[in-house]
This record gives sequence, C-alpha cells and structure tokens, in this order.
Amino acid sequence: MPKDSDQIESGIGASPKRREDVRFLTGAGNYTDDINLNGQAYVYFLRSDMAHGRIISIDTSDAAAMPGVVQIFTGADFEAVGGIPCGWQITDKHGEVMQEPAHPVLAQGKVRYVGDAIAAVVADSLDQARDAAEAIVLDIEELPAVINMKAALKEGATKVHDDLTSNLCYDWGFVEENKPAVEEAFAKAAHVTTLELVNNRLIANPMEPRVALGDFNRATGDSTLYTTSQNPHVIRLLMGAFVLGIPEHKLRVIAPDVGGGFGTKIFHYAEEAFCTFAAKALNRAVKWTSSRAEAFISDAHGRDHVTTIQLALDSDNNFTALRTDTHANMGAYLSTFAPSVPTWLHGTLMAGNYKTPLIYVNVKAVFTNTVPVDAYRGAGRPEATFQLERVIDKAARELGVDPIALRRQNFITEFPYATPVAVEYDTGDYNATMDKLEEIADLAGFAARRAKSEARGLVRGLGVNCYIEACGIAPSNLVGQLGARAGLYESATVRVNATGGLVVMTGSHSHGQGHETSFPQVIAEMIGIDESMVEIVHGDTANTPMGMGTYGSRSLAVGGSAMVRATEKIIAKAKKIAAHILEASDADIELKDGQFSIAGTDKSLAWGDVTLAAYVPHNYPLEDIEPGLEETAFYDPANFTYPSGAYACEVELDPETGKVSIERFAAADDFGNIVNPMIVDGQVHGGIGQGIGQALLEAAVYNEDGQLLSASYMDYAMPRADDLPFYQVDHSCQTPCTHNPLGVKGCGEAGAIGSPPAVVNAVVDALQSMGKDVTHVDMPLSPARVWAAMNG
Amino acid sequence: MTKVSMTVNGKPAQAEAEGRTLLSSFLREELGLTGTHVGCDTSQCGACVVHVNGVAVKSCTMLAIEAEGADVATIEGQAAADGTLNIIQQAFQDHHGLQCGFCTPGMVMSTAALLQENPKPSEQEIREYLEGNICRCTGYHNIVKAIMAASGQDVSAIAAE
Repeated sequence: MPKDSDQIESGIGASPKRREDVRFLTGAGNYTDDINLNGQAYVYFLRSDMAHGRIISIDTSDAAAMPGVVQIFTGADFEAVGGIPCGWQITDKHGEVMQEPAHPVLAQGKVRYVGDAIAAVVADSLDQARDAAEAIVLDIEELPAVINMKAALKEGATKVHDDLTSNLCYDWGFVEENKPAVEEAFAKAAHVTTLELVNNRLIANPMEPRVALGDFNRATGDSTLYTTSQNPHVIRLLMGAFVLGIPEHKLRVIAPDVGGGFGTKIFHYAEEAFCTFAAKALNRAVKWTSSRAEAFISDAHGRDHVTTIQLALDSDNNFTALRTDTHANMGAYLSTFAPSVPTWLHGTLMAGNYKTPLIYVNVKAVFTNTVPVDAYRGAGRPEATFQLERVIDKAARELGVDPIALRRQNFITEFPYATPVAVEYDTGDYNATMDKLEEIADLAGFAARRAKSEARGLVRGLGVNCYIEACGIAPSNLVGQLGARAGLYESATVRVNATGGLVVMTGSHSHGQGHETSFPQVIAEMIGIDESMVEIVHGDTANTPMGMGTYGSRSLAVGGSAMVRATEKIIAKAKKIAAHILEASDADIELKDGQFSIAGTDKSLAWGDVTLAAYVPHNYPLEDIEPGLEETAFYDPANFTYPSGAYACEVELDPETGKVSIERFAAADDFGNIVNPMIVDGQVHGGIGQGIGQALLEAAVYNEDGQLLSASYMDYAMPRADDLPFYQVDHSCQTPCTHNPLGVKGCGEAGAIGSPPAVVNAVVDALQSMGKDVTHVDMPLSPARVWAAMNG
Repeated sequence: MTKVSMTVNGKPAQAEAEGRTLLSSFLREELGLTGTHVGCDTSQCGACVVHVNGVAVKSCTMLAIEAEGADVATIEGQAAADGTLNIIQQAFQDHHGLQCGFCTPGMVMSTAALLQENPKPSEQEIREYLEGNICRCTGYHNIVKAIMAASGQDVSAIAAE
C-alpha cells in the first residue's frame, strides 16, 4: 500500500460493483416506509404554525369523534414520561455546565418553533388522522418570537424557556488559558485581517423523509421500532433508557435500508418515542411517515453560525495568532449532539493545516424559536474550515501575496503535530495535496481560461483552499471528559460458518456508503478468500453487537477496525485448529490465499477444512480451545484520524445578472489507505455537491416572526444536475493513519467541508478582477447577492 | 371508494381507491409496489417517476383514478424476467450512479424516457433533463456519466472513475 488501483481486481484497493445496487435498481430495497404491519394505525402530528406561544387549551373532543380516530395524544399524556435527552454536556468558560431545557415528546406549556408537535392523532388511516387533526381546537396565546441570535442575548429579550436564566445555552472559551497570549500576539502583529461572516443555516434533506413504525407484542412485552436511523443502538439506548424506560432486552430497533442521512438521522426524535409509546398504549402498530413539508420543520437543521474571525501575521507573513467569536444557533431545544458541534467539533479544527501557534475560540450557543440545529455533514468542521480559509484568502489579498504561497508558507510540515487547540495530527502532507491539486486543476492554465471567458463577456474567478478533517471522534475516555454522554467505539462480530462463509455483524450502519461491498473487501484480503464469501449484517439491534452507528466519517476507521480486530481473533483461533490437524506448532502456521500451511513445507489445509473442523470437532484441540469460530471485537480508537486536502474551484460570473456557474472543480484529498476507490470518489462527489449547494444555493430562511420561508423544494434550492459540473477528484496522496490497523482516514464529509470556501474564494476573485472592492459575500451566493455586491 | 383497474408492468392490476388517492400511494400501498418512492410533496424530487402509457409521469401528481385503464410501468418491471438488469440499470451499477438508492427508481425511469426521446443526449442535455430529479448523495457526477454510458457514449475521458 498504496497500490495502483487500476491493477487491483479484488480485496483492498479494488472497486467491485456494489452488491446493494441490484436491490436498489430493481425497486427491491426495503426502506422503513416500505414496511407495513398487520392492523397498523397511522399517526399525524398537529404541529405549531406559531414560532412561540403559550398553550391555553387543546380541545380534542370533536376530533376524537371523527371517523377512524383511535386516540389523540397531547403533552399531558407524556408528563410521566422522560423528555428527549441531549447526548453532550458542555462546560462553559466559567466552569459552569450549559443550560439544558426540558424537551418533551409533545409540547407542554408552550410551543417553541414552527413545527413543534402539539398533538398526535392516531387513526385507522393517515387521511382520517389528518382530517381529525383539523378539527382540534387550539387556544394558543402568541408570544414574541426570538429569531436573531444577537437579539436573543440582549437584556430583557423574550426567553424561549421561561425556567432558564436567559437564551444563552453556554459561553465557551477554547482554550481559555491561551487567551492572554493570543491578545498579546495580536497587539504585536504586523498585520491583522478581520472578517465577519455567516455560515448559512442548512437543511440536510436526505431524499428519504424520516419514518417511524412502532410495534408491541403484548404476549412477550417486547417493543420494536423500525426507524430511519444512522445508529439504531443509540436510539435504543436513548429512547429506551431515558424516555420510555424500556430495558434494551425488551426493545428492538431496526433501521433497514435508509435513504441517506447526512447527520440528520443520527438524532433521537420525538416521533420515534411517540410511535413506540403509542404502540404499547394501543396494543397496535403505529406508523408515522414524514411528508417533505414536515421534514423541513422537524428534521434537525445544520450550521447557522455568525462569526468574526481575526488572523494576526508577523512582518514575514507568518501566522502568529487566530481568534474567533461565534454565535451558534441551537434552535428551540437541544437536539442529541447539538452542543458538541460548535465546540469540540469546531474549535479543535481551527488550526486547520497551519502552524498558527496561538488560537482562541469563543462560542456563544443561543436558544431561538427555530427548529433545533445539530450535526449536518461535516458538523462544525465546515464552519471552522470556511472561516479560516476565507480569512487567509482575505489576508493574502490585503498583503498582495499569492494565496497558495501564503498557505504553503504556513503549512504544518512535521508530524505528529500538536495543535494549540488540543488535538494531535498523526500524519499529513499538505504540500503534496497542494502539488497534486495544482496538477489536476491545471492551475497553470487558468489565465488562458480566464481570457476565454472574458471574450464571451463573462468574468472568471479561481478559488483555492485547504481543509483538515477530524474523523472517528475518540477515544471514549477523552470524549467523556469533554462532555459526551456516550462512548465512541465500534463493534463487530465475525461469524464463520462451517462451510467457510462469513457473516459480519457490524455496529456501523450503511445508508448509502456501500459497507455491504467495501467491508467484505477487507476480510477477503485478510483471509485470502473471495469477497462473495462474506456477508454484512447491520441495522438491527437484535442481531448486531452494541454499536455507535455511522456519522462523522467513522465507519471504516472505527467500525472497519473493529471488524479487523475480530477477524484477527478468528485467524488466530483458526491457526490453532490448523496446527492441531497438521500436527505443527501454532507459530509455524501461515495463512495465505485461503490456505493454512506449515512454513517451509508443502503441508497445508484449506480455509474450509479448518472452518468445518471448528464445527465438526472430531480431530480438534478440545482441551485447549472451544469449538466454533465466532469472535467479537470492540474497537475504541486512540485518536481521531485527520484527512486533509486542497480544493480548487473556477467560476464564471455573469456581470449582467450576478449569476455564478461552477465551471471546474478539483479536489486532491489524502484519505490514507483506500479500500474501495470507486466508493471514495462517490463520497467526495456527493460532499462537493452539498458544499456547492451551501455556497451557491441553499439557505433555511426565517422571517422575524419565525416562519420558515424556505420550507419546500419550491423555495429551498436543492442542487440540481444542471447546477453542478463533473468534478476532478484524486486521492493518490496517501499518508496512512498511524493508529488504526487499516491506515485509513475518513472520506464521507471531506467534500462538504472543503468545497464552500473554494467557491466563495473564486467568486471574490472574479469580483476583484473586475476592480470591485468586494472582500466577502455571504452564502448562498445567489445572483441577487452577487449583483448587489457588484453594484453596492 | 372506486375500483381502479390498470395494467402494471404488463400485468392486470386492480384495487379500491378514494378519489383523492394519488397514483404513487396506489402503487405503493394498494399494489405493494414499493419501489416507487415519495420524496416530497411538491412534485419536485422525481423519486416517484413512473411511465403512464409510455410517458414519464410523477406519480404523486396524478390521481389513481386518472390512470384507469392505463398501461403503467414502474421500476419493478425494468429488469428482465430472469433478473438481468436492463442497460440503464446496469450502467448505473457499473458507474456507481447511486448511493442510498432512494432517488434511483425515479432516475432510472426518467433516464428511460430521456433516451427514448433523445438516444444520444449530450452532458448538458442530460443535466437539463434531470432538473426534475433530485439526488442528494452523488453530486450527479456518476449519474450523468452512467446515462452517457447507457446511451453508448464513451465515458472513459470523464474525470475520475
């Protein structure tokens, strides 16, 4: 490793066709909404159309008498039930823990955002439930809505939660002890560049809306929840232990085929708890299928930071200090991992690829009357990368130096490298990815392309940036100190059948990532058997070991490592069996190409002979080892992995309209070792598509009354095929991770992290080339905003 | 409730429907053809595209009763009887034109309609035709590439495998 991927036909480094594709291409996928249980009822949630209000009364009497209605539930039915828990507690810069409001399953006392569920109507059909919901009579006293974060923190602002002291969730300083040294460095700086910017609020929009189907078996007392989740065990633990009080052995959570997640299907949602609760209460399966309209106002949103960043440089243009001041929107309640996103997933990345010695990050997290905000592809890392790479670009322009040269001058070049923001990068080669980018993006040819655009009356701009990622957040004992209320290991059970086939039961969850194809490549390589002998099972708590699921680009680095560890145990035991049969010592047994042999002899046994012996142990070392061949491993990483890369975007700007089109996009990534290049490329493509979406098109827009104005695909501009180009992607720069057995880093979020600054840098470059004194335009760079910047 | 009859993937099918029942719901819930997906409620996403009398239709924009007597084709009827993928399905697999698979049935059905109209579409024609099909996973790169390949065009020069 690295190998030349074109020549690899199987195992690690090959690109076999995805085995999951056949079912998806023939309509045979099994998504949650495709599952229907005998006699199931349907729930429709009556949601608040008001951003903030006090509930005076909810009269369900007429509605309850409507045809088909089974029962109507309100917040009062959940008073004895726990609220939706938050999975991360932040300690602020004064040593105080964050303010953590109650988060009821159905609204109690107040409604706090447009979309907050007030009542749940269960009926024989969805249409009947919806019809009945219209007959519920609500008396809600409207209260002033708190939407703008800075206004929310003003003295005397209306409080989202009456029992909290203010709308401030926490005021986090990182690293607080660095602050005086940072201030001193700024005082001494030869140059300071300041940039204020917005990281626009986004909606993840996996194409499959969320679904929850609760079931209860009165004969056994078992509850089952089918749900669109990235992490079914996490839902089982959070919902079972903290909301409904169901022990794990009486609760099964199944996340079958899931149609995309991007973070928003990590979290435990009230609808899941409701369906599980109602199925038991009614002794009848209860199904909820989100409409897209509901998804817009009930799926956790992402990003929504307002930041001022300052970069200090010395007279030689070395970065000497960085400080940031960010307001981060939490929305009305704390979603599962919301507090961690603007803090530990953001502050720790502020060093980026650069040896800035002093950094101070301040984040104020704010409650507002908006949908809860949580992790969306990248989660904190895109926000860090965007502000850092934008301020560096601005500094380069202010100083009149080449932005790539300024970056290269400040690159971290020696590893391991301990940043001033508490993380240690194990490996990387930022000059190598920048060199590769210059090659694949043909940066040398930019001037000629710019001239061609100009000849057509269009203005061409080039934006370049770097990024650093932190994937596979760990280790558990560290994240526990940082406030995580969860471990962050992953698990795998490898079961070898008598006839030699293997089943891997993984705690990772695939919702587009192709684990069913890529995970077998690893095992096939380790044992020397065909990939078709390995099957992956995931997504069902009843037949997989306790796992943390898939998010944060962690599956291969953490889940894959657990699978490797379990397979190593399998191989060690199989060698003992082989040694016994071959009458040799364990240490002399080699496994290659699926054959066990005694080193230096021609005596060998096939994989299948040994697996059969494990289950038909007639000639077997029963005094030393048990029959059977099945092993489990839990893997808790020693550190994050740190993928990195350099991205380039070329835009054409129409000076008449302000319309920006992406003409070229190139990404040179370092993901360490690669198991399946085709899948890695696909992950990068998708990330770039979402990053360009953020930069050019997407925005969740609230008006001052708290109405979400962009609440459908008519208004929320999802990237379409004709908004995007073909991408040039490369991952031939490989500095393997030093602390996981595969040497892999994560690739799922890189595209979404690395691409927005490239787009904005390119547009600013185009504007400046026109002689416009524009140093920044906030995303999304709609024609209206760009035109205003041009003519402002 | 009205009894609605149609031909679906070459076989007769009938079930009860309310006046307000959408064709997408009828296919999924009454006929159990869950390959047709519903990803939005404003006829934007295209996950529900089927063919009605040979024309690509968003099945969430049509009432089931409007399809009375029609010849409907869905994703379930695209592969050969022995399971062999058709040329479009195979191209999507060969070029990694899908990830989570949720938009895929609509993409395949829209592609079939596109290639009927325009057997060798250019990259730009493909991108414009897919305006009504949203994919959140792939950034469209491999979808466009797969469609070019399915129409017999050489895609070896397109950036990145």
